[in-house]
Amino acid sequence: MEQTINNRILQSSDDEFIINVGPQHPSTHGVLHLQLRLDGEEIADLKPFLGYIHRGIEKMCESLTYKQFIYLTSRMDYLSAHINNQACCLAIEKSLQVEVPERAKVIRTLMAELTRLASHQLWWGSTGLDMGAVSPFFYAFREREMILEIFEETCGSRLTMNYCVPGGVMNDIHPDFVSKVKKLIQQFKANIHEYDELLTGNPIFQSRTRGVGYLPKEDAISLACSGPVARASGISCDVRKKEPYDAYDRVEFEEIIASEGDCFARYRVRMKEMLESMKIIEQLIDNIPAGDYRAKIKGIIKPPAGEYFQRVETARGELGVFIVSDGSNKPYRVKFRTPNFSNLAALKPMSLGAKIGDLVAIMASLDLIIPDIDR
Amino acid sequence: MNAVKRYFSSIFNAIVALLKGMRLTGSYLLHPSKILTQQYPENRETLYIPERFKGRVYMPHDENNEHNCTACTLCQLACPNGSIQIISKNIELPDGTKKKVLDRWVYNLGSCTLCQLCVDACPSDAIVMDNAFEFSVYNKSKLIFDLNRPGSKLKEKKTEPQV
Repeated sequence: MEQTINNRILQSSDDEFIINVGPQHPSTHGVLHLQLRLDGEEIADLKPFLGYIHRGIEKMCESLTYKQFIYLTSRMDYLSAHINNQACCLAIEKSLQVEVPERAKVIRTLMAELTRLASHQLWWGSTGLDMGAVSPFFYAFREREMILEIFEETCGSRLTMNYCVPGGVMNDIHPDFVSKVKKLIQQFKANIHEYDELLTGNPIFQSRTRGVGYLPKEDAISLACSGPVARASGISCDVRKKEPYDAYDRVEFEEIIASEGDCFARYRVRMKEMLESMKIIEQLIDNIPAGDYRAKIKGIIKPPAGEYFQRVETARGELGVFIVSDGSNKPYRVKFRTPNFSNLAALKPMSLGAKIGDLVAIMASLDLIIPDIDR
Repeated sequence: MNAVKRYFSSIFNAIVALLKGMRLTGSYLLHPSKILTQQYPENRETLYIPERFKGRVYMPHDENNEHNCTACTLCQLACPNGSIQIISKNIELPDGTKKKVLDRWVYNLGSCTLCQLCVDACPSDAIVMDNAFEFSVYNKSKLIFDLNRPGSKLKEKKTEPQV
């Protein structure tokens, strides 16, 4: 018994102090429990504890049919719900060898980029909130609200849309979709200077993020980091570039890479990624091909027995969906490789030796979504 | 001496940056027409709800209290949460043959995730997603109700088969 307790709790000597951050702490954005060993104000050791929001999504998928389990993945990384659904649909389509209509591919890509934009905007607002700047949150929600209204009009929901189905998308786009997206781009471009005025150029914000939470390139590779966290350490890992899926092979965009590896680099990578998402949307919005939005698929999906893997780039990194099929109408095993789980591993090398106040900045720059870590 | 100078100049720079941010927020204070906040319960009449908004599952009835549901239970099979229960009964037609018709379409709004899979699966367009919202109740059991109205029956006229 004593040994199990020792495994769970960090050991401290007399001049060190152990504190718990979370599971109910506003800066952890969810129920993440961190145990810190402090030497004065410096972090000497750190241990995350998971399991507070474990719902067993992977196990639940085994008892649902292929069409049904897709909606569950919206509950993992709820800010990139559409991209999670898209990954599952792509894996199922790969197993059935169904050709998705061009129109559906473009609509999916547009929705995925809008999701990324909305997710990064929420991250921008909450980063400001974590650092003590309250007003950026409201500015971020202004543009995010426009995107959510577009989702609401076309998909019917604002966050967990369940818009992707194997073979295409659930509905055709709303007649107002194109004009609303164009208006969004116009407004975002007019307002982007406010983002820099409020946060990027602020010396207080810069001194709290510059040089804080350094993650070396070698560590980022060995911890399997992905997404903006890895790209800020100088690793080129964008799945949209490496293995283009849906309509990403026909758009031109830049993969944003920074080499500094600190919190400010991660901030800049995300800010520039928003502009790249904007570029992708601009290229696709005027040429949505005509035709079907959904390929005809049988009511009961029975993929041939085998293993299928698909990876996509969510707003936080690389999401992998691995499905093992035994030929029945339910998957034998589903495994999700979620980006936040491996990004959380980078928290320890980043924050060792940092001040406890910097931990909040480091966690904000990691952009953790706790349900995605636990699933 | 230099360190003291740097210390005070950093404080000064921070105040300038704060004022820059305050100028932006202040400009919104002076232009209230640019503010997007909605006064929710008061503006309920003018609220814009998109027509595809998924609020709940709903079964439309026509003026003769007739619906389209044939009790085929495809929606029940499509539901991932088990929120739908179709209870059918056998009735005897005037010519002596027996027919299975819908008795109760039991819907549990409390466990429904509004994924639209039941509407997607329905072959006869008997159910749709409704725009209604504000479903707070004091008791969980009030979220379980029948979608078909009392005394309703299947529409007699055959609709065109879906292509």
